[in-house]
Amino acid sequence: MLIRKPDSIASSEITPERVYVSRRHFARSLALGAGGALALSSGMSRASLTDRELDNSLELTPEGIITSYNNFYEFGTGKDDPKKYAHEMTIDPWQVKVTGAVAKPGTYDIEELLDGIAVEERIYRLRCVEAWSMVVPWMGFSLKALLDRLQPLGKAKYVEFHTLHRPSEMRGQRSFFSGIDWPYVEGLRLDEAYHPLATMAVGLYGKPLPNQNGAPWRLVVPWKYGFKSVKSIVEIRLTERQPKTTWNLLQPSEYGFYANVNPAVDHPRWSQAMERRLPSTLFSPNRVPTLPFNGYAEEVAGLYAGMDLRRHY
Amino acid sequence: MNIAKVSLFVLLSLPLARLGQQIAVELHTPGTALGADPGEAVVRFLGEWTLILLLATLCVSSIARLSARPRLVVLRRTVGLFAFAYSCLHLLAYAGFLAGFSWSELVGDLTLRPYIMVGMAAFAMLLPLAVTSTRNWQLRLGGNWRRLHRLIYPAALFGVVHLAWLTKDGYGEVAAYGAVLALLFAERAYSWRTRQAPVGA
Repeated sequence: MLIRKPDSIASSEITPERVYVSRRHFARSLALGAGGALALSSGMSRASLTDRELDNSLELTPEGIITSYNNFYEFGTGKDDPKKYAHEMTIDPWQVKVTGAVAKPGTYDIEELLDGIAVEERIYRLRCVEAWSMVVPWMGFSLKALLDRLQPLGKAKYVEFHTLHRPSEMRGQRSFFSGIDWPYVEGLRLDEAYHPLATMAVGLYGKPLPNQNGAPWRLVVPWKYGFKSVKSIVEIRLTERQPKTTWNLLQPSEYGFYANVNPAVDHPRWSQAMERRLPSTLFSPNRVPTLPFNGYAEEVAGLYAGMDLRRHY
Repeated sequence: MNIAKVSLFVLLSLPLARLGQQIAVELHTPGTALGADPGEAVVRFLGEWTLILLLATLCVSSIARLSARPRLVVLRRTVGLFAFAYSCLHLLAYAGFLAGFSWSELVGDLTLRPYIMVGMAAFAMLLPLAVTSTRNWQLRLGGNWRRLHRLIYPAALFGVVHLAWLTKDGYGEVAAYGAVLALLFAERAYSWRTRQAPVGA
């Protein structure tokens, strides 16, 4: 049988203790509606975080900000473009091509791939390479659960993701002034992809993912700069060679394949030492120091043992 | 010309008034007027208006020449001084809202970031132009005044480069400013040649 239920992963394996103790067990499953659209099971409203033991740096960014201020160049380069134009993208039906070194290649409806996978709430920091950041309560599951279904072959070393390429519905892809060679491509080394923090998100704030945030599903790699977390995925390819990723192709000196959050390695054009945690205010800007691996060093630093992170930025 | 100058003054103050109003709303109810990252929004707004007004300053001379109404040139100083005022606020907003008035951050930016360096260089060129914009200085410097004030050309060019270097992708805006600047340079080259030609002939 193609689909086997993945072992569930305890919150404690995924998230630093101070976070998971606060969010307790209000992770619930996202159910698939009859029409194939993502629908939420009853009682899906977010449990109160007012009693949170969250430390200040993990205060949630308001939903209205997460869904109205972000980069999704398929819809334009302005931070408000995704919210303005992403409704033009059709997300139902949604098919996903699985290709490359994998035992179960083919074209799947997203529902087939999601069927039976338990979705939970995962609160992660999101650090943009532009030096702003948010704290997002995603709904999602470990990428590992998906890979286990697709069964990468032994020779597969990397996993590559493609965003939808549909210029008729994505006006940024029609722009004359963009240097991006669509579709948007991102990728991970397979051991990174199997790390329990590497997440496939299908929702945020307890609701299905809005189009502007990468509906119907996207990658979330909380220890890497945001551009690694590719949105609206239509192809997953297992490869033996390191994927040629979009920003790395566009400006290799500025955007590496790894793109791990690292305050010690500046972007050539700006410092990465600090970040503006949004929403920020004018006269007391919410500036906080950026942490190595975006605060997840304890969990993921081991993946890069022996690597020179200045060279492999 | 007085009415023209007053209306120009009001016109050029409008973006600032709009920004002031947005800042007031933002301070009253954070997050409502300037988006999630208000500091960034203010800096960008002021930077864009600096660039627009620098190009507008250059436009005044071109329009005066092309329309054969040399008296229009008296409006140039007002536009230029507004460009300088917006650039001061742009710099101040960057230092405060984005660099948090942190010396180490400012020094780091100034020594490491080419787009900041080129922006600061543009500002440094505008500074003496603003100082010597009075009638008094014009008389005192004589022929050198014209030569000094040609600094607006590299300043405008550096302004466009500043924007280009901080752009990640989506070069429409840079292309628009660059195209206007190129047209203005072309007009000058043309008018310079037509003025030279009869003398050389």
